[in-house]
Amino acid sequence: MSPSLDLPPKGGFSFDLCRRNAMLENKGLKAPTFLKTGTTIVGLVFQDGVILGADTRATEGPIVADKNCEKIHYMAPNIYCCGAGTAADTEAVTDMVSSQLQLHRYHTGRESRVVTALTLLKRHLFNYQGHVSAALVLGGVDITGPHLHTIYPHGSTDTLPFATMGSGSLAAMSVFESKYKESLSRDEGIKLVVEAICAGIFNDLGSGSNVDVCVITKGHKEYLRNYLLPNPRTYANPKGFEFPKKIEVLLTKITPLKEKVEVIEGDAMEE
Amino acid sequence: MSIFEYNGSAVVAMVGKNCFAIASDRRLGVQLQTIATDFQRISKIHDKLFIALSGLATDAQTLYQRLVFRHKLYQLREERDMKPETFASLVSALLYEKRFGPYFCQPVIAGLGDEDKPFICTMDCIGAKELAKDFVVSGTASESLYGACEAMFKPDMEPEDLFETISQALLASVDRDCLSGWGGHVYLV
Repeated sequence: MSPSLDLPPKGGFSFDLCRRNAMLENKGLKAPTFLKTGTTIVGLVFQDGVILGADTRATEGPIVADKNCEKIHYMAPNIYCCGAGTAADTEAVTDMVSSQLQLHRYHTGRESRVVTALTLLKRHLFNYQGHVSAALVLGGVDITGPHLHTIYPHGSTDTLPFATMGSGSLAAMSVFESKYKESLSRDEGIKLVVEAICAGIFNDLGSGSNVDVCVITKGHKEYLRNYLLPNPRTYANPKGFEFPKKIEVLLTKITPLKEKVEVIEGDAMEE
Repeated sequence: MSIFEYNGSAVVAMVGKNCFAIASDRRLGVQLQTIATDFQRISKIHDKLFIALSGLATDAQTLYQRLVFRHKLYQLREERDMKPETFASLVSALLYEKRFGPYFCQPVIAGLGDEDKPFICTMDCIGAKELAKDFVVSGTASESLYGACEAMFKPDMEPEDLFETISQALLASVDRDCLSGWGGHVYLV
């Protein structure tokens, strides 16, 4: 037995199985596909802050694995981030940077700035040279004002007044390019974001289902989960399914669960 | 041939009224040859938490042993069982740790949380959690399972109905998949 115990690791990636996996691939066994968020994610800066929008479809190859997943991730009370690309990567990277921002807030005693989140994310992504496949739209309002950034998997960033990412980005960008103007009001901004996401949902096969919107203003945020449901399930049979032939059960084993014993606080034992 | 199609598997979990059901097929194969017809894919973590690992059987067993180890440590430290949501995060972290050399298995986790509220989730092989309120599927028969579950699922089913539905969905789907079959194991909690 090797002396190293399987203790909870100190963090970071572990490359133990890489050699075995490479050997399997040489033998002709293809690697698996990961859960991708096909996606249309958008952000725009309006008069009082930032509005982020995303669709809710997660795909595994050609199959829709999740019809209502959350793509707008929490980073800080005043910063949210939409993620496209490999689902595990966007979730892990945003959770990790969110924790780092929390620690930073405790350390400095101040509200997090969007550029802090931006730098943490781009450093991590550049470090892994694009293998951590997360394309992000980061938006928030801090003491210096509203900010919107895009971050590419290789670590490059852009600062823009309106941005789109994901497979549906071209469809959404066409809406933004024709209808965006400076100093939009809140309602106009939400309407434009919803229109852009719907363009992605209906014209891109990798995006679909519902629209999520997040509005961030100075000192206030509003996460509108499933703001619009343009793809309801129609034609569902209200009677449901009838099974004419019952299942043949070969063996049934019923195990009643034991009630857990309650520990009642008593006096400390006398020495 | 894909690495997931080496052993073949089909796993599904469904939510009912204050109960959940998790079911898997029983075949274990080496590509097209069947070597076992009573393989257990669903394992118990504690009385109210079950995990089924589809995909490569060797990785499934290794991963299961590591998870049981971590859960036992948790029980010693916290003097209580792990909640399903916490366990799902643990599995996700263990899988993501191996991001660039992953375990070739897709877990399906099903458990009863606080106040016996059922919780189900599945993940891809690098830990991308997918929570669902109705059903989750995994394995080589997953495409058929998606179709069967979408058609047969009804919300808030009683345990007997839930058992019938999940079994019918599983058997119908594995009939259309060469790599899984030979009946099913169903755990209803």
